[in-house]
Amino acid sequence: MAQPKPQTVFAPWTDPDAKPLIRFRNVTKRFGDFTAIDDLTLDIYEKEFFALLGPSGCGKTTMMRMLAGFESITEGTIELAGQDIAPVPPNKRAVNMMFQSYALFPHLSVWDNIAFGLRREGMEKDRMNTRVEEMLRLTRLERFAKRKPHQISGGQRQRVALARSLAKAPKLLLLDEPLGALDAKLRQDTQFELMDIQEKTGTTFVIVTHDQEEAMTVASRVAVMDEGRLMQVDTPAEIYEQPATTYVADFIGDVNLMKGNADPKEGFVLLDWAPNQPQIKAETSKNFAAGQELHYAIRPEKIAITAEKPAEAPNALQGKVLDIAYLGNISTYHVELPGGQIVKAQTANTRRLANRGFTWEDEVWLSWTATAGVLLES
Amino acid sequence: MRRFSWFNATSLTLGFAFLYMPMIILVIYSFNASKLVTVWGGFSTRWYGTLIRNEAFLDAAWVTLQVGVVSSTVATILGTMAAQVMVRAGRFPGRTLFSGMIYAPLVMPEVITGLSLLLLFIGIGLDRGIFTIILAHTTFSMCYVSVVVSSRLVAFDRALEEAALDLGCTHFEAFRLVTLPIIAPAVISGWLLAFTLSLDDLVIASFTAGPSATTLPMKIWSSVRLGVSPEINALSTLMIAVVTIGVVTASLLSKRASIRRQQEEREAFQVTP
Repeated sequence: MAQPKPQTVFAPWTDPDAKPLIRFRNVTKRFGDFTAIDDLTLDIYEKEFFALLGPSGCGKTTMMRMLAGFESITEGTIELAGQDIAPVPPNKRAVNMMFQSYALFPHLSVWDNIAFGLRREGMEKDRMNTRVEEMLRLTRLERFAKRKPHQISGGQRQRVALARSLAKAPKLLLLDEPLGALDAKLRQDTQFELMDIQEKTGTTFVIVTHDQEEAMTVASRVAVMDEGRLMQVDTPAEIYEQPATTYVADFIGDVNLMKGNADPKEGFVLLDWAPNQPQIKAETSKNFAAGQELHYAIRPEKIAITAEKPAEAPNALQGKVLDIAYLGNISTYHVELPGGQIVKAQTANTRRLANRGFTWEDEVWLSWTATAGVLLES
Repeated sequence: MRRFSWFNATSLTLGFAFLYMPMIILVIYSFNASKLVTVWGGFSTRWYGTLIRNEAFLDAAWVTLQVGVVSSTVATILGTMAAQVMVRAGRFPGRTLFSGMIYAPLVMPEVITGLSLLLLFIGIGLDRGIFTIILAHTTFSMCYVSVVVSSRLVAFDRALEEAALDLGCTHFEAFRLVTLPIIAPAVISGWLLAFTLSLDDLVIASFTAGPSATTLPMKIWSSVRLGVSPEINALSTLMIAVVTIGVVTASLLSKRASIRRQQEEREAFQVTP
């Protein structure tokens, strides 16, 4: 998972005076009876790398196509740099798109593909040559300028598509699942390359993806969508550590969800979540009513697993190891509690296999602090 | 190697004989010195000589060529436009009816097409001649072109057109600069199909031609009714030769293109990024 960039404090969304580049205002899109986008309001700021994340059919691609001009807006308005874009046709918008299939023109060389948009603009020859060379350098494609799209590899095609959509220096670049067709290794490299290019050009990027790791890696902010609604819009770290709903907690990463009734105290809540199990202690600044039904979400890596009962842990549960998923760098233990509930705990494999303790059927203790998890209203 | 088998050899011989025997006989008799078509009088090319001095045949050939080129070109333009609309317009009320109506002339008996066109031309007072043949041929070959082109357009990635729009093209520019170059092979084969149909047609031309214009198939048909002459054999042999050359050239061209493409792909894979 990506770390939030430490040196730059780039957070225009926290500044009330900042002017957003894109404003969705109560946007609704219907296809017949089906509502793809449901009364959605969202601001995206200049120079942001914004990710729309969600399962397929959640409306993220529709949002992108509305920005590009390929779908009309049923209700509401979308503004780009303060202007309503509804009446502007796609060929007149300062928005370019990188297509999921790349949509490279097969009959044109790499050079001509990149020059295509500039020619339409009527740019003079010298300036166009310079611009295309610049784009080729940026995407490291100089050697392939004369090739046709079918004569280069998938990764190179992806870079041609990127160069072509950046050539016109759009205010906004839309990327539709840009890395979907690449294999895992190439994908990781390309993610960093994308971030690098985004920083160099200073263009606002909006990326659509269903891959949460990709969204977390590249984006300054992530919008988690489901069924045409925004579930949460926040930085990757906030989304992971402070999910707003159980849907977001469950969609991003791995999570243990425990349902129970609140017993509010001063500064913390005790949660009755299962008979014959100790209450879960969770610190919170929010106020909950006594007996209110809550979900407690805790990430597996926040749970420690030990052989002996830890002396000073606010939360400790005993159980038996049911399953071990060994992933190389980490192992996930599925621990079964006496009541039948299963809790996932994750440890980093800092030692080599022979030196590690637990195996199937071992009695273990799970423990975590009072701040490790979050309480979510049902 | 597969083993030789009498059964296979016999089927092959019979099949080919069935297909080509009539044409072979026609070609042989075109070199007959005798005036009697069915009596072999020795080898001669005299009928080819009389043929190129026959004004009526040359006129008919010229008319046929003009009709073929003009009608197939117009049919290709209209057929491609129709295909583009049918494939791209998505769902609209009456779409099935429209596409059905485009394809209907495909299965309509030629006699009916010809007759209805004749009635139309008489009705609007259009003098029959080369122009009416061109109109008639355009009408019936257009649907063939539209079938060929739409089958290519269905497989065409819509995102390519959207990419062109996104990069600043108008709809027409997107079609001209992106769609057309990519579907060009289908458009060309549509044109060739229309041209061949126009060359072959006898029935519709007979209905729509006037005294001023006669196509080659009409000329052959009317001459044959007065008795088969060796000249007709020579003319038919020439037509077979033209068609053969056309087919062979087309297949050689497409074979060479595919070899070149394979070679380019090999080269592309040899270079490591």
